[in-house]
Amino acid sequence: MTKYISLTINHFILSIGLLVMIVPIWIIFASSTHSSLFINTNGLQFFLGDNFIENYSRVLFKQSGFFNEITALKMFFNSFVMATGIAILSVVTSLMAAYGLVYFKVKYATVIFWLIFITLLVPLELRIMPSYIVMSKLNLVNTFAGLILPISASAIATFFFRQFYKSIPDELLEAAKLDGTNSLRFFIDFLIPLSKTMIAAVFIFMFVFGYNQYLWPLIMTTSEQYWTVVMGLKTMYGSISDRFAFVIMSMIPPVIIIIFLQKLFIQGIFQNK
Amino acid sequence: MKKVQFKSNYSQYFFLAPQLLILLIFLYWPIIQTFKDAFTMQDAFGFGSQFAGFDNFLFIFSDPSYFTAFKFTIIYSFVITLITGSIGLLLAVQANKVMHGKSAYKTLLIWPYAIAPAVVGVMANYFFSERYGLLHHLFNNLWGFNWYENVFDAYIYVIIAGSWKQISANFIFFLAGLQAIQKTVIEASIIDCKSNIRRFWTITFPLLMPTTFFLIIINITYAFFDTFGIIDTTTIGAPGSETKTLVYKAYIDGFKGLDLGSAGAQSIMMMIIVLVITIFQFRYIEGKIHYN
Repeated sequence: MTKYISLTINHFILSIGLLVMIVPIWIIFASSTHSSLFINTNGLQFFLGDNFIENYSRVLFKQSGFFNEITALKMFFNSFVMATGIAILSVVTSLMAAYGLVYFKVKYATVIFWLIFITLLVPLELRIMPSYIVMSKLNLVNTFAGLILPISASAIATFFFRQFYKSIPDELLEAAKLDGTNSLRFFIDFLIPLSKTMIAAVFIFMFVFGYNQYLWPLIMTTSEQYWTVVMGLKTMYGSISDRFAFVIMSMIPPVIIIIFLQKLFIQGIFQNK
Repeated sequence: MKKVQFKSNYSQYFFLAPQLLILLIFLYWPIIQTFKDAFTMQDAFGFGSQFAGFDNFLFIFSDPSYFTAFKFTIIYSFVITLITGSIGLLLAVQANKVMHGKSAYKTLLIWPYAIAPAVVGVMANYFFSERYGLLHHLFNNLWGFNWYENVFDAYIYVIIAGSWKQISANFIFFLAGLQAIQKTVIEASIIDCKSNIRRFWTITFPLLMPTTFFLIIINITYAFFDTFGIIDTTTIGAPGSETKTLVYKAYIDGFKGLDLGSAGAQSIMMMIIVLVITIFQFRYIEGKIHYN
């Protein structure tokens, strides 16, 4: 009997948690399916209206921005290019760097180790103004390279891969060496297949991280052609229901990725522990 | 590192080069620039600059608005860590106990984690707007809520906006931490201690210390840096500049005020703060945690 009571309490607390997480988004979603006129007179809505298709298609294809030069669809494209670029570049460079650090005798290994890991102390937000100056000296303002490269300059992924490599038994390399495998072959044929889960987790993490960037695209894109979804959100003009619809659409890509790949993501993170 | 390694004269550099190159150009160059800015003074028209020693640092220390931002950042990190940590832990403990619907709860509680802080800020905007805002109306009826004039109310606004999505992150990690605790340990403790609550605080919680500690760092980092998107889409520092975080203030002074010297000095101060937190992490707390 007491067991049932305590289980009921568990479910009750969890339900309150669910409500706190879901109700705000539901309200914005429900309101996004009404006309602006209706919202302006009646406020936020709990129930669905019938302007769903009208509002969402208008937002996706309508030209907006200060100079009416970009559609939401183009912003989604930009965000995808940026996020994918960041994810691929971080995975590749970190995978390689961690391999170099763990599996080789490197001269000045400690110096290189610190050169890489001390960067964890300096997130992009701390070097935003000088980064902008560097990018304009390199002529990278208003380019995808400019959006991608500084955010890929991060050692977080290297840290994860390094921990993972260290947990792989030494016997694997000994066996491979007996077979006469060289370092490049060992990396491609043994380590990459072994790190698959880890690679997927880091890719997801960096993709969501890249997609959700706000400050950097705000600074790096003076041309509307390079606006991304998350930064366009604040600057995009339109009626109130257009803005609600855009808020809902903007969260769909990362949320879908996290929901469907959550097992992989969590597995990857905790493989280290 | 490894006991068995490759011996080679050059291949290691082939593997290290791409990352080192990106870090040198896009990280070290700006950092060096930051230090240069912090120790030079530019004239008002940007024509010339001269070495200024510690003048930029003395200037920010004598600036009351710097201390306002400092105070707010500390309060903000502390409150966000406390709120999101305790709600995340509470929900994780419940989710770990239930037998039915565990994965449904997990999925539905996890996904706000993926939403960008700036998007959360834009959403919060609607709930706190005078015109449509449900929370604005609710709080207004309770005590006359007005965040454009009242500092306390502005704090409530940015704390709610800042905490919401971070609850998910705390929930994910606490749940994973709870699931990693071995069943036998818990079963053995049931024999010794009948009270659920006492057993939680004396057995389970100490075993969760590594997770708790990791989350404290994650939450502080979040409150320091990631909340930029939230502040910029909600209060923009209002009422005066009481809800500006240190990062937000450095951005405003650098980009809007074009005061590179002050922005550089502020960045260096923040690097020192992050460094202190990290050293504290490794030296002090790591030694006191019991790993399972």
